[in-house]
Amino acid sequence: MSGPEAATPEDHDASPWFLPLVFVGGFIFGIGLAVSQMARPEIVLEFLQFSDFGLVFVMGGAAAVVSIVFWTASSSDLTAPLSGRRYTRRLKSMDKDVVVGGSVFGVGWGLSGICPGAAYASLGIGNIVILYGVAGMFVGAYLQGYLRETRAPTGATQPAD
Amino acid sequence: MTLTPLLIETLFPRGVSHYLLGGILIGLGTAVIYLGTGIHAGASTFLESTLSYASKLSRFQQPKFIASRDWRVVFTLGIVAGAAAYSLAMGEFGWTTDVQPSRLFLGGILIGMGTRLGKGCTSGHGVCGVGSGSKTSILNVALFMLVAIGVAQLVFAMGVRP
Repeated sequence: MSGPEAATPEDHDASPWFLPLVFVGGFIFGIGLAVSQMARPEIVLEFLQFSDFGLVFVMGGAAAVVSIVFWTASSSDLTAPLSGRRYTRRLKSMDKDVVVGGSVFGVGWGLSGICPGAAYASLGIGNIVILYGVAGMFVGAYLQGYLRETRAPTGATQPAD
Repeated sequence: MTLTPLLIETLFPRGVSHYLLGGILIGLGTAVIYLGTGIHAGASTFLESTLSYASKLSRFQQPKFIASRDWRVVFTLGIVAGAAAYSLAMGEFGWTTDVQPSRLFLGGILIGMGTRLGKGCTSGHGVCGVGSGSKTSILNVALFMLVAIGVAQLVFAMGVRP
């Protein structure tokens, strides 16, 4: 019996330019994380300890650019050229997981000074020590998946293999 | 007359321009992917979607992870490459953190759990969600920010350096 893997079309099948464009976007994103110094855990920890508030401008600057682009595009009738998707805003439903997950993430961020994107960029600037953090993130992501699958009733959409 | 510059220097001892420029570039990178594909790219889904290559758990074998895992790897490689290119160009490549590996590893575990349970991280909720005016994201960001400030201050007060 074939798994869902064989049946699932992948997002990037839509256009040969899909992956190159994602790489370019990621590249710019990574430059931003390096320029802002957010790739250095020390800078993030100094922000959290109130000795340099500059990180407000990183998140604020990024969210400002994104809000202009998201609001403009999503109020048009245009669709994305490389996927045919409609432009939407990112609106997630509110539930207990958002509160618990956000709090757990906050403890991790405050303890380490890293977050996922900044950790990838940190590896890029040659900070190999960050691999401890990245390894931890994979362990944590696996743990929550394992616990959710084994402790919660599985959804009806799961394959029956 | 000297109060304002003094205040700015106290709050922002390294200045603000590189912070703002970096933030704008992070926003532009997100915008490029969005305008091309309609996708709100966050950095933390990569963790789960990449696990789908290795784990048979149906949690990770969801169609949304299978469909996006290849481009999420490419997105992450782009982030690594962009940061590498900048640091090489600036002659800063090879900087390493003094933050203790145990803090990074333990923090990483909590980040992996919390971002996936909470439906996003600093980029998914903090940039895309807040930029969308999502109440869920604004609440999530306010919460992780406050908790992180409390934890970082507590760890510092306990004498952990760095």
